[in-house]
Amino acid sequence: MPVEATATDQRPLWQGVVGFNLLTGLLLGIGGFFLGAWIGGQIAVGHDYLLGTDQNDVGLFMGYLFGTIGWLAGLGFFNYPLGRMAGRPASLRHHEFGGVGRYFRLCTDHKVVGIQYFFGVGIFFFIGGLNAMLMRTELLRPTEHAWSAGNYITLVGLHGTMMIMMTSAFIVGPFANFLLPLMIGARRLAFPRIEALTFWLTPLAGLVLMSAIARGGFATGWTGYAPLADEARAGQDAYIYAFIIIGISLTLLGVNLLATVITMRAPGLTWSRLPIFVWAVLSTSILMALAAPVLVAAMLMSVMDRAANSGYYIASQGGSPYLYENLFWFFGHPEVYILALPGFGIVLEILPVFARKPLWGYRLAVAGMLGVTLLSFMVWQHHLFVSGMNSSLRPFYMFTTELISIPTGFIFLNGMGTLWRGRIRFTVPMLFALAFFFNFLIGGLSGVFLSDVPSDVTTHGSYFVMAHFHYTIMGGLVFAFFAATYYWLPKMLGVVLNERLARIHFWLMFIFFNLTFFPLFAAGFIGMPRRVSTYAPGLQGLNDFVSAFAFVLGFSMLIFLANLVYSLVFARIPAEENPWQSKGLEWQVPTPVPVMNFERIPVVNTTPYEYGVEGAPPVATLAPGAVAAAGS
Amino acid sequence: MITVAGQRLPRHGVWMGAIWLVLTAISVPLIVFVLGPHLPPGRMTAEASDQTSANIVLTALLFPLLLLVVVVFSYSLVAFRQTGAAVEDGPPLRGHGPTQATWLVFTGVTVIALAVWGSYTLVQTARGAGGGQGPSPTDLPKGHQTRMQIQVLGQQWEWTFRYPTLGDFETRQLALPVNRVTEFHVTSLDITHSFWAYGLGVKADAVPGVDNIAFVTPKRTGKFTVRCAELCGLWHGHMYRTGYVMSQSDFMSWASQQKAADAANVHDLPPYSRTYFPKPQHRAG
Repeated sequence: MPVEATATDQRPLWQGVVGFNLLTGLLLGIGGFFLGAWIGGQIAVGHDYLLGTDQNDVGLFMGYLFGTIGWLAGLGFFNYPLGRMAGRPASLRHHEFGGVGRYFRLCTDHKVVGIQYFFGVGIFFFIGGLNAMLMRTELLRPTEHAWSAGNYITLVGLHGTMMIMMTSAFIVGPFANFLLPLMIGARRLAFPRIEALTFWLTPLAGLVLMSAIARGGFATGWTGYAPLADEARAGQDAYIYAFIIIGISLTLLGVNLLATVITMRAPGLTWSRLPIFVWAVLSTSILMALAAPVLVAAMLMSVMDRAANSGYYIASQGGSPYLYENLFWFFGHPEVYILALPGFGIVLEILPVFARKPLWGYRLAVAGMLGVTLLSFMVWQHHLFVSGMNSSLRPFYMFTTELISIPTGFIFLNGMGTLWRGRIRFTVPMLFALAFFFNFLIGGLSGVFLSDVPSDVTTHGSYFVMAHFHYTIMGGLVFAFFAATYYWLPKMLGVVLNERLARIHFWLMFIFFNLTFFPLFAAGFIGMPRRVSTYAPGLQGLNDFVSAFAFVLGFSMLIFLANLVYSLVFARIPAEENPWQSKGLEWQVPTPVPVMNFERIPVVNTTPYEYGVEGAPPVATLAPGAVAAAGS
Repeated sequence: MITVAGQRLPRHGVWMGAIWLVLTAISVPLIVFVLGPHLPPGRMTAEASDQTSANIVLTALLFPLLLLVVVVFSYSLVAFRQTGAAVEDGPPLRGHGPTQATWLVFTGVTVIALAVWGSYTLVQTARGAGGGQGPSPTDLPKGHQTRMQIQVLGQQWEWTFRYPTLGDFETRQLALPVNRVTEFHVTSLDITHSFWAYGLGVKADAVPGVDNIAFVTPKRTGKFTVRCAELCGLWHGHMYRTGYVMSQSDFMSWASQQKAADAANVHDLPPYSRTYFPKPQHRAG
């Protein structure tokens, strides 16, 4: 067992390496995989239908299951429950060290988890981006040249799956974990150990997914449609298991954040004073808690189809491919709002600060987010308009899909109203937030084409769809992520990011993002299907331009990386406590944020947007004398 | 242009409206008359024509909306930008009821109008718009009583076409007669594909065990491409074929040619069926 919280940075190196940490987790995870694979092999012996194929899916799934247990044991997730069973006293944060080491082990400090998320999902975001660069290399020519068809389709699947899995927690992972307790005046999330678990499941899912490469890849893209998934080779097991892990992680994250926002707000923080980012996290959490379990269920049936020869999705065995499509998109469409809603929250949080005005139409913004949350569960069959679904249902799903643009439109009105007669300063976070509105506008309006059935018959399954969702996810979520990064990283990491590099990053990314993805609308219109490695020769010119622009877009990410390394490792200029003169509660605490966040639980006086209000009180009284500290 | 920004009560709203009106007046005719004829999927069939019209209407309607938001944002960014280093607060405006109500009504009416128009065209004019409607279609095109049936079979990674009413021959070429409703019965022999006849404006998923019906009424003769629009494994991009719309007489002679060429194989074919339930091929790729 590791020592108690008295340990410091002066411990010898071997003590830092030996113990419950990432390294042990990896070793036990790999060991667990081989043990599980062996046990699975023993189970499958003698069952013809399990051995009728050239690989043993039972062994693989058992391997991944035991590997997960080993990974969690190595990180120390079982120490606390086992210790409690053995009669040890309950304790919080019982082995959290200072220094860099705590980022590589189980830590229940929400600020550490936030940073872990930032770098964890960041690494996978870069791997996913690299996959996209490799795909664009193949698409330089209309015939197969750089990668074989199997490798190309694996790249497509890895890019899509990794991006969807990681970007689901792209904003709620780093920023909600770190900032939400600060914004609501709490000292932690409701369930700190579950918080740590949600993070440590995320890199596990990424590693399991990448193990597909060693198993021959998978050919289903990120959607994993059955029965193609049932036919696919062993890499498919990695895809399915990784999605199960991330589904569990997202569910737990959603429940945890929901419980936190509902129960742990500081005194005085009424629902109408809640920062809009917290509302966005709240609505995202509802979606995560309700939609992700459906994905896990769909994937478990896929496991059964592959490993135990059941027939949930197999027509010849009495199942139906539609079952998978419906379950998947019942998760899949709320999922795209899991990606979009945090972006809404970020930009509406940033606009008032740099327009120096209160958020315009606060209630409308809240209504917009909750409206999107509700409607997002009612639109999923628009992914199936040409699938052979009941044709008389199509007008209904066309209607609900178009209805969702009403609450989305609220967010744009909030943006326009907040800018109106403001004192606008073009800081880097503001530039990214404004770019979000531009990109998401194009993304949203192009979605109307896809919701209209006659138009969707042309555009479904083509590059038009691909351009549409890259405009909403990359142009929306990723731009919002960078807005949040440049805005909050000084508070989170305590260092100033280089502004010149940041501006170069923004302009390169904004210009080349649009140059890359706008022509793809045309590619889809001209008739280029998604996920193909070979295409009509006449489209080569268009694709070559897109590839060239995409490489510059990829390069702009390297500028961000260089900025991060330069500012964090070399320059290390300490950040001010409140460099943006924001009125948000999270900016009123010292930088770096103390371990317990607040000396006393603050009492919230007003909204965090009281710009230009004569005699407005501070957002919160940080050291309330008379009010006793509540909470933990 | 925006010198009014410095005045005490500049008429920003009027300026924004004027800029938007001018840009809309320029762009909408350009969209309808210049871009419109190039929008997909063309006018080869009644269904494609309906889709092209839908695409033109949507582009012409949505572009002014795009302009509206872009103009308001751009104007605000220019007119309300803060110069100098001093951080100064703006007026504490928290909302404006009439503006919010107007926006709500405006977006609501637009959206409901779009949905009503979309449903009307889908059911009444486009009659299913060439999309797959499943085994019991509800939107039947005019003249479907005299339709010709073609079964489209997807399999990794090839399309085959079976003509059950013309002597039940099977071929890897697709041809259909002009000015007659064709009823595609799309199904799959292995996994899910999607039959996409681009120029015809037809897209229908080929799902194993499902008879997915789509209609098309060709209006002109000519060539079109057939692709797969649903990821179906390694050679998804290779499910590429050229099809033909022919005159009735050309079509009949083509059909008899094909039938003769297929005569040696026709007794190997399984009996014609709306669906086929092949056993799954595990780990085929």
